[in-house]
Amino acid sequence: MWTLLKKDLLLEWRAREMLPALLLLGTLTLVVLSFAFDPMLPWRREAAPGAFWVALLFAAVYGFGRSFVAEQQNEVLQGLLLAPLDRGTIYLAKATSTLVYLLAADSVLMALFVVFFDVPVHQGLWPWVAATLLASVGLAALGTLFAAISMRTRAREVMLPLLLLPLVVPLFLGGVEVTERCMAGRPLGAASAWLHLMAGFDVAAVVVAWLLFEYVVED
Amino acid sequence: MEPTNRMHQPWERALAFGAAVSMVAALWAIFVYVPTDRVQGIVQRIFYFHVPLALVTFLAFGITAVASALYLWRGHSRWDRVAYASAELGVVYCTLVLVTGPIWAKPIWGTWWTWDARLTTTLILWLIYIAYLMLRNLTTDPQQGARYAAVLGIIGALDIPVINRSVYWWRTIHPAVLITREGGTGLSDPRMQLTLAVSAVAMLLLFLWLLRARVAQADLHARIEELEKALLKA
Repeated sequence: MWTLLKKDLLLEWRAREMLPALLLLGTLTLVVLSFAFDPMLPWRREAAPGAFWVALLFAAVYGFGRSFVAEQQNEVLQGLLLAPLDRGTIYLAKATSTLVYLLAADSVLMALFVVFFDVPVHQGLWPWVAATLLASVGLAALGTLFAAISMRTRAREVMLPLLLLPLVVPLFLGGVEVTERCMAGRPLGAASAWLHLMAGFDVAAVVVAWLLFEYVVED
Repeated sequence: MEPTNRMHQPWERALAFGAAVSMVAALWAIFVYVPTDRVQGIVQRIFYFHVPLALVTFLAFGITAVASALYLWRGHSRWDRVAYASAELGVVYCTLVLVTGPIWAKPIWGTWWTWDARLTTTLILWLIYIAYLMLRNLTTDPQQGARYAAVLGIIGALDIPVINRSVYWWRTIHPAVLITREGGTGLSDPRMQLTLAVSAVAMLLLFLWLLRARVAQADLHARIEELEKALLKA
């Protein structure tokens, strides 16, 4: 698994293909959404968490769509499947490398978000970071599975968001709720249940996707 | 191997007959027999369709999930046909739920739509299974499509309780615009309860019969393809 993970990360490091595009897309989404909310309006601050999560989701879905492209072009996946490896291991390696990109994109998006939306950084940043982390794990877990599926359908660019977005509603809602609390400087309180829910979602998503991946790549 | 016309077994006729009779009985009960709700008025009668439709929707997607799991486990394409047929019917029923709901909500709640937990969950459910049907249509290899769809069928069903929970929290943390629940006045009258029961039975029988018909049709289709392949080889 570590070898596979290293291969993916090394490829990305050498080619620098996915990450810049991912970041740019996230940034553009943030900018467009900033235009959508009049900067003078008082509720602008309240709309900010939504903007951040939409940008994150866009960047993630786009990134996942790319994640199996290299494998498909050179039939690497066929080669991997022939290797004496558990299919679940291939899945875990792929999901982990996807998660690494996503987290890299997250951190830059968060910094940009603080600048664009003038977020009060000093107060309660950690729940926001935790929510972003948890959402990224769940997104990467399901995103990798459904990227492997949508890659082999017609209209694959459209198929992935159609499959993925309804399923990750809990992550999105949780992220927005927790972030809203952080921005407003309110204590986390009842919203900490969201973090538990997201963590539970992640565990379930990883286990189920790991078990089902075998049936997706089987020919 | 003698191909039997499976749609004409006695129990299937009984099912079709039962569905027809109970549907007529339900219509009669809804429009003639049941008293009009004192508070909500005539529009409340749509409730007798709306609730059974919703119940059958959940049943249909449940069948899809179980049949999907059995298909991945056992590999019989029969299970896949059951899952597919049930998902198709589930989407039809779910669409009807989403149509009948707003018709009732407009006069009672004063709005077509509200982001109430149940409404939102149903909408997301509908989106997931629309994606399920699209996935099947957009795959080139039918076997591959069946496996992909089965994966989605299982994950979708597992995800629904979590989605429901999250949407419920989301609405309770926000100020509630409307607190009224469906059937807020309650079905106190026994005639109302009876009408609901008859309607539920009718919807269920209709669903089972349609499911049976669709699966039988898919079976025949698969058999035709098999024969075509055999002929081409010969």
